[in-house]
Amino acid sequence: MAQQDSLTGAEILLKALADQGVEVIFGYPGGAVLPIYDELFKQNRLRHILVRHEQAAVHAAEGYARSTGKVGCVLVTSGPGATNTVTGLTDALMDSIPLVCITGQVPTHLIGNDAFQEADITGITRPCTKHNYLVKDPNQLSRVIHEAFHVARSGRPGPVVVDLPKDVVQARGEYQPLAKVTPKYRPQVKGDTASIEKAVEIIAQAKRPMFYCGGGIVNSGPAACQLLTQLVRTTGYPITLTLMGLGAFPASDPLFLGMLGMHGTYEANLAMHDCDVMVNIGARFDDRVTGRVNAFSPDSYKIHIDIDPSSINKNVVADLSIVGDAAHILEEMIAIWRAKQYRADERALRAWWQRIDTWRSRNCLHYENSTRIIKPQFAIQRLYELTKDRNPYICTEVGQHQMWSAQHFRFERPNHWMTSGGLGTMGYGLPAAMGVQVAHPEALVIDIAGESSIQMNIQEMATLCQFHLPVKVFILNNQYMGMVRQWQELIHGGRYSQSHMDAHPDFVKLADAFGAVGLRAEKPGELDDVITEMIAVDRPVIADIRTDASENCFPMIMPGMAHNEMVLGPEDRCMEKPGSEDDGMVLV
Amino acid sequence: MTAWCSSERQREQGNETVTKVAEETNRHTISVLVDNEAGVLARVIGLFSGRGYNIESLTVAEVNPHENLSRITIVTSGTRLIIEQIKNQLRRLVPVHRVRDLTLEGPHVSRELALVKVAGTGEKRVEALRIADVFRARTVDTTNESFVFEVVGSTDKVCAFIKLMESLGLVEVSRTGVVAIARGTNPL
Ligand SMILES: Cc1cc2nc3c(=O)[nH]c(=O)nc-3n(C[C@H](O)[C@H](O)[C@H](O)COP(=O)(O)OP(=O)(O)OC[C@H]3O[C@@H](n4cnc5c(N)ncnc54)[C@H](O)[C@@H]3O)c2cc1C
Ligand SMILES: Cc1ncc(C[n+]2csc(CCOP(=O)(O)OP(=O)(O)O)c2C)c(N)n1
Ligand SMILES: [Mg+2]
Repeated sequence: MAQQDSLTGAEILLKALADQGVEVIFGYPGGAVLPIYDELFKQNRLRHILVRHEQAAVHAAEGYARSTGKVGCVLVTSGPGATNTVTGLTDALMDSIPLVCITGQVPTHLIGNDAFQEADITGITRPCTKHNYLVKDPNQLSRVIHEAFHVARSGRPGPVVVDLPKDVVQARGEYQPLAKVTPKYRPQVKGDTASIEKAVEIIAQAKRPMFYCGGGIVNSGPAACQLLTQLVRTTGYPITLTLMGLGAFPASDPLFLGMLGMHGTYEANLAMHDCDVMVNIGARFDDRVTGRVNAFSPDSYKIHIDIDPSSINKNVVADLSIVGDAAHILEEMIAIWRAKQYRADERALRAWWQRIDTWRSRNCLHYENSTRIIKPQFAIQRLYELTKDRNPYICTEVGQHQMWSAQHFRFERPNHWMTSGGLGTMGYGLPAAMGVQVAHPEALVIDIAGESSIQMNIQEMATLCQFHLPVKVFILNNQYMGMVRQWQELIHGGRYSQSHMDAHPDFVKLADAFGAVGLRAEKPGELDDVITEMIAVDRPVIADIRTDASENCFPMIMPGMAHNEMVLGPEDRCMEKPGSEDDGMVLV
Repeated sequence: MTAWCSSERQREQGNETVTKVAEETNRHTISVLVDNEAGVLARVIGLFSGRGYNIESLTVAEVNPHENLSRITIVTSGTRLIIEQIKNQLRRLVPVHRVRDLTLEGPHVSRELALVKVAGTGEKRVEALRIADVFRARTVDTTNESFVFEVVGSTDKVCAFIKLMESLGLVEVSRTGVVAIARGTNPL
C-alpha cells in the first residue's frame, strides 16, 4: 500500500466520524487514546466536551441523542475509563438510545497480559451493548466505524462499543468512504400489509379501544409522532403513554389520559384494564406498566407493533403482532382507515368515554397544597407554568421527583423529555441535560433533580461552567431518598433504613464553588421568584427547592397489584391484599 | 426473576387450551448460521445464561470458509413462548444470519459422537465388546484392560450405550454434542 494514500488509525477515525456527520464528542483522555487526542488537537471541526467522569460522558451523549434523534458519540481511554462507561451503556441499552462509544485499548500484542490499564471491555460490555467490536487492523477501522453507526441507529437503537488498541490507532491504513460500506445488518422496517389491514379492521370495530404507546414512537422519529397524533385524532380513541413515550402525543389533547403504570393516572390504568382492543405501538409491556401480569387487561384483544421481534410475546402475549417501524406502519394504517372508509362505533365510543370521564373526575393527581411548606407537585406545576412558553427540555434524575415531573409537567412535543426509564439510573439527569444543552445551545434546559441523585454526578457542574452551558438544576430537596422512604413507609413498616442523609451540602454554596449561580426557595411564596430568576440567568444554576419531606407519590400500584387496585392517596391504603414479591414491580 | 417466569404465570390464568399447549416444555434443536468472528460464541452463550434459558447441548464449527460462516447447533428446552423468545433473541444478534428451528420445520437428522472409555477384564470385557458390536460402536483404542469406543447416533442411542457400559467398567465419556441438519434438498 502506498504510504502517501494511507492515514494513521487516528486520522481514519476522525475522518469516519466526520463522514458520519458527528459534530460533538463527549470524552475524557488517557494513555491509550492519546494519539486520538493528538489528532483532535490538530483540527477544529469536531467539538470535544471534556466531562469530569466517563459515566457522565455516556449520559451526556444519551441526552444529545434523545433530544436530536442523532447518534451520540463518546471517547474514553482503556481500563478505568472504559469500565466507567458501563452504567451509561446499560442505561442506553435499556432505553434504546443510539450511541457509539469509542474505548482505547492496550496495544494488540499486550492484550491478555494484564497490561497496565487493560480491561476486557468487549467482554465486559457484551451484555450491555447492542453490539461491540475490537479492531485489530487499521484497514478495517473505517468500515467498523461506519457499521457501528449503522447498527446503533437502525432497527431498535442502542449503544455500540468500538475498542481501539493503541497500535491500531498509530499504524497506517486505508480509508474506506461511507459510500463503499454496505452493512449486512438489515432489520425489518416495513410491516406485513395483511396484518396491518387486519389490525385496522379490528381497531375500527372496537367498542372500548385504547392506544398504549411508548418510547418506540420517539425512536421512530417526529414523523411517527405526527402520524400517531393523526391516527388517534381520526379515530377519537383514548391514548396513554409510557414514561418513555411522553411527548409522542400532545399532553393538552383531551384524548390523552396521561401516563399509565405504577405511578400513572387512575383513568389510564382503568381504561387499560377494561378496554376490549389494546393497540400497543412502540411500548414493551414493562413490569412497571403491566402490574401483576395475570391481571393485566384481562379481556382485551392485544395488537402489538414493535420493530424488535423479541419484544413481542415477551411479557404479555399478543393476539396480533406486527414487526416493523412505527412510522411506516402508522402511515399504512392511516391509508387503510381512509381507503376502507372506516368509522368508529360512535355509540359504543360515547359510552366508553363516559366511563373514562367518570374515572377522570376522580382527579387522581390532586394533592393538598399548603401555604406553609412547598409541596413538590406544586413546585413542578409552577415550573411548568413559568417555562412552558419557552418549550423547555426537561431531564430528570430518578425518584419521586421524576414521577412528579412525569405527572405534572406536560409535554406537547417529542424529544423534550429525557429520563432514565429502564435502568432508573440516579445521576443520569445532570449529564444528560449537559448533552441536551450542547445540542441546543439557545434552549432552556432543566434537570429536575432530587438532592440524593444530584450528588451522583454533581462534578459535571464544572463541565457546565467550562463550556458555558447554562443548564438549570432544579432540586426538589426533601432531605430523603424520597422514593426509598416511600416504599419503606408503605411496605416496610416505616423502618427508614438508610434512606435519610444527615449531611447534605449547602447547594447554594456548592453552586458558587463551581462558579455557577445558587438559589433557594423555602416557602411557597418564594417559588415563582426563584424560578423566574433561574430562567433569567444566562449561566448554570442550582435552585435548591426545599420541599415537604413526608410527601408520597400517588397514585401508586403497589408491587404485585393490578391496574384496578391502585392506591390513590394517603387516605386510601387498600393494603388488605399485599402483593407477592414474585409478581413483578418489586424494585425501587 | 427471569422474564419467562412472568409470562408463564400469565398463561396459567389464560385461555385453557392455549395454556396447555404453551405450558408444555419441549426439546428443540435450533440451527444458527453466524459470522465466524471473535466473540460470537460468547454472545450466544451469554444470551442463554443472561436470560436464564437452558442449553442441553451446543456445538459449533466453521462450515463455509469462503463466506466465513460458522454453524451453531443448540439443543434447548422450553415452552412454546420461550422457544420463540430464544429464536427472536438470537436473531437480534448482529453476527447472526439465520436461525432455524429444526424441530418445528419438518424432518431432520441429528447425530452426536461419544468416546467411551471402559476398563475391565474377563466376562465384563467380553460383554462390553459384544454390546459395542450391537451398537455399531468402533473400537478406537485398546489395551489389555480397556477399550475406547466411538459411538455415533442419536442422543438417545448414545445415552443408551453409555448406560449399558456403566455396569461394565465405564471410566469416562467425552461427547461432541448434537449436530443436526434438515432432510431434503434445501439448505439452512
Ligand atoms: C422510579 C421509576 C418509576 C417508573 N414508573 C413508571 C410508570 O409508572 N409508568 C411507566 O410507563 N413507566 C415507568 N417507569 C419506566 C419503566 O421502567 C420503563 O422504562 C418504561 O415503561 C418503558 O417504556 P416503553 O414501554 O415505552 O419502552 P421503551 O423502553 O421506550 O422501548 C421502546 C420499545 O419500542 C420499540 N421500538 C424502538 N424503535 C421502534 C420503532 N422505530 N418502531 C416501532 N417500535 C420501536 C422497542 O423495540 C421497544 O420494544 C418507571 C421508571 C422508574 C425509574
Ligand atoms: C444508581 C442508583 N442507586 C440506587 C437507586 C435506588 N433508588 C431509586 S430512587 C432512590 C432515591 C432517590 O432520591 P432523590 O434523588 O433524593 O429523589 P427523591 O425520591 O427524593 O425525589 C434510590 C436510592 C437507583 N435508582 N439508582
Ligand atoms: Mg430526595
